[in-house]
Amino acid sequence: MSTSHSKAAKKFLENQGYADWHDNTFWGLRVKRDKMAFSVPEWEQLRTKASEIKRHTLMNIDIYLQKFADAAEKNGVTVHWAKDATEFNEIVYQILKDNNARKMVKSKSMLTEECGMNEYLEERGMEIVETDLGERILQLAHQRPSHIVVPATHLTHDDVGELFEKELHSKKGDHDPTYLTHVARLSLRDEFLTADAGMTGANFGIAETGDIVVCTNEGNADMSTSIPKLQIAAIGLEKIIPDYECLSVFIRLLARSATGQPSTTYTSHFRKPRPGGKMHIVIVDNGRSKWLADEKHWETLKCMRCGACMNTCPVYRWSGGYSYSFFIPGPLGINLGMLHDEKRYSGNVSACTLCLSCQCVCPVKINLGEQIYEWRQQLDSIGEANPQKKMMCKGMNLVLDNKGMYNAATASAHLLNYLPSFVINNGLNPWAYAHKMMKFPKQPFHKEFKGKDESDK
Amino acid sequence: MRVGLFIPCYVDAVFPKVGDACFRLLRHLGVDVTYPKGQTCCGQPMANAGFAKDSALLAKRYDDMFKGFDYVVAPSVSCTAFIRLQYPHIMKESGHECHIARKTMDMVEFLHDVLKVDRTLGRFPHKVSLHNSCHGARELNLSAPSEKMEPRFNKIKDLLALVSDIEVVEPERYDECCGFGGMFSIEELAVSKQMGERKLARHAATGAKFITGADCSCLMHMAGINAKEGKFPEIEFRHVIEILAEGL
Repeated sequence: MSTSHSKAAKKFLENQGYADWHDNTFWGLRVKRDKMAFSVPEWEQLRTKASEIKRHTLMNIDIYLQKFADAAEKNGVTVHWAKDATEFNEIVYQILKDNNARKMVKSKSMLTEECGMNEYLEERGMEIVETDLGERILQLAHQRPSHIVVPATHLTHDDVGELFEKELHSKKGDHDPTYLTHVARLSLRDEFLTADAGMTGANFGIAETGDIVVCTNEGNADMSTSIPKLQIAAIGLEKIIPDYECLSVFIRLLARSATGQPSTTYTSHFRKPRPGGKMHIVIVDNGRSKWLADEKHWETLKCMRCGACMNTCPVYRWSGGYSYSFFIPGPLGINLGMLHDEKRYSGNVSACTLCLSCQCVCPVKINLGEQIYEWRQQLDSIGEANPQKKMMCKGMNLVLDNKGMYNAATASAHLLNYLPSFVINNGLNPWAYAHKMMKFPKQPFHKEFKGKDESDK
Repeated sequence: MRVGLFIPCYVDAVFPKVGDACFRLLRHLGVDVTYPKGQTCCGQPMANAGFAKDSALLAKRYDDMFKGFDYVVAPSVSCTAFIRLQYPHIMKESGHECHIARKTMDMVEFLHDVLKVDRTLGRFPHKVSLHNSCHGARELNLSAPSEKMEPRFNKIKDLLALVSDIEVVEPERYDECCGFGGMFSIEELAVSKQMGERKLARHAATGAKFITGADCSCLMHMAGINAKEGKFPEIEFRHVIEILAEGL
């Protein structure tokens, strides 16, 4: 009954030392988040407020998108609308071509990852340089992110040291993080100075002013946009919020939830092209407007990509980002993957114990675990339910719904096969993988109880 | 006040002593408690695996069985949470109104919130590590979830404080999941085992001789792992109601 996730997770856990390190690293982020969250007495009110703002904005997204685009245009920004990934890639390519740009530096954007933009542009002769340190490491290593906020945290200092020796000619054997950061900086400085265009993602788009707000710790969004004259911002349509008053709610939540910092080192606001420069904003749909109409799953759109749900998720911590088949892992990734393509990514839906820790940390109160439960209900109707599991459930149901059969079943160890699977008492049961089979008492409770009155009266 | 006792299928089959402890404790406290015949399962295992629709008949049977009671109590937080939170939806989809879901309580909740028990119960002279099950903490509010910025409380601890000579401790990461998750433990064998092993080790690190909690399924998971691996042979598992009813 294994799923794509469970198979990959099993492999991940073969290296127990690494698995322990991985669990502790991400639990460490959860602990830092707790400390920061608990330093804000009104934390839970902020979460409620943030959730309500997102709900309100999403329910009126047509109005706010128009407002945002109008304001941006008024600021001298060119606004583009991309209905899907292909259109987005084409628009960015066209902007670069129109401006004779060959090389683009970019700060972190999960949206460009979603659209496969780098590959698309590289195939057409563009040079794309990631400037977020984690993303740069992954680009040099030809890997994809294993987490949305700390994308290269699955790599150790030694992994990075060896990579830099090969790619950036750092000193052999010197894997000191400060030194390695210095090496990356020097190399990136050259890239910034020679780029023709700079791209950022967007943490927020402010409808009232048309501003793009980007939160980074490295200042790389500012470097990417203050040297090249051509600036492009990529924003998913769900990232629009009404105004700066709303922003103040999210800014208090974002970094605290993500990395346990009171705020990111840089919160950068981009409003208009620099003198003599050009600024473009590409607003991307890529399924979002459809999901908005999905009664059971629209809440996923409230997400502001802090990654807190991954850090707290025990399944993520014990299986790593690459065990999920969608490019975003953890509770958020399970849900987003299913929204993108429910057949292709159904193998991730098993990766949840329904412990619901994710929705308790989520700063915008997305019902992540409940949605995973809902996706499980939908698997059968899309033909992706595991037949063995289905039969087991049907069998259980048949017995459990029939008093006579149930009593017969619980009366004999043999028929116990019809109890919920984890109570089956035979060596072939997957339960035996981790557990010693339980000893059954001679009598189930309902038999034992027969001697007494049903009521105390 | 008429109280119905619901003993979920796996408690019935594997932990009859827990059912017995519930009945004894309720009677000891003077509650008019009935254990209706013909009980089976709440349907949670199937629903969490993606077959909630198949639980509709079980839900209807449960609702009919307990309709006349003021409260239904059960010694299993995840079954209770499932009934209270999911039955109304499941029954609505099959065209029935659910009467009893909101009257269904976990034993701990019932003792703490309805009976407001404050008299001294039995004696249990041992060090006990408390397992805060996910659905107890995050769905039934038996304790303040560790993620939330709200005043700390723990109803299980409050009740255990009524037992003489007991020492109650909590493990590190005190409400992190043990990795059982029903069908999860079958579908995600490796992760489920890993989580269970680490959870067990954290309980053991407290130096407690007993692990207790309000959900038999978490205890069953950890006990099964412990029995197979034999790392902590001195540790025993007790449902919290067994401890509360000890010696009564």
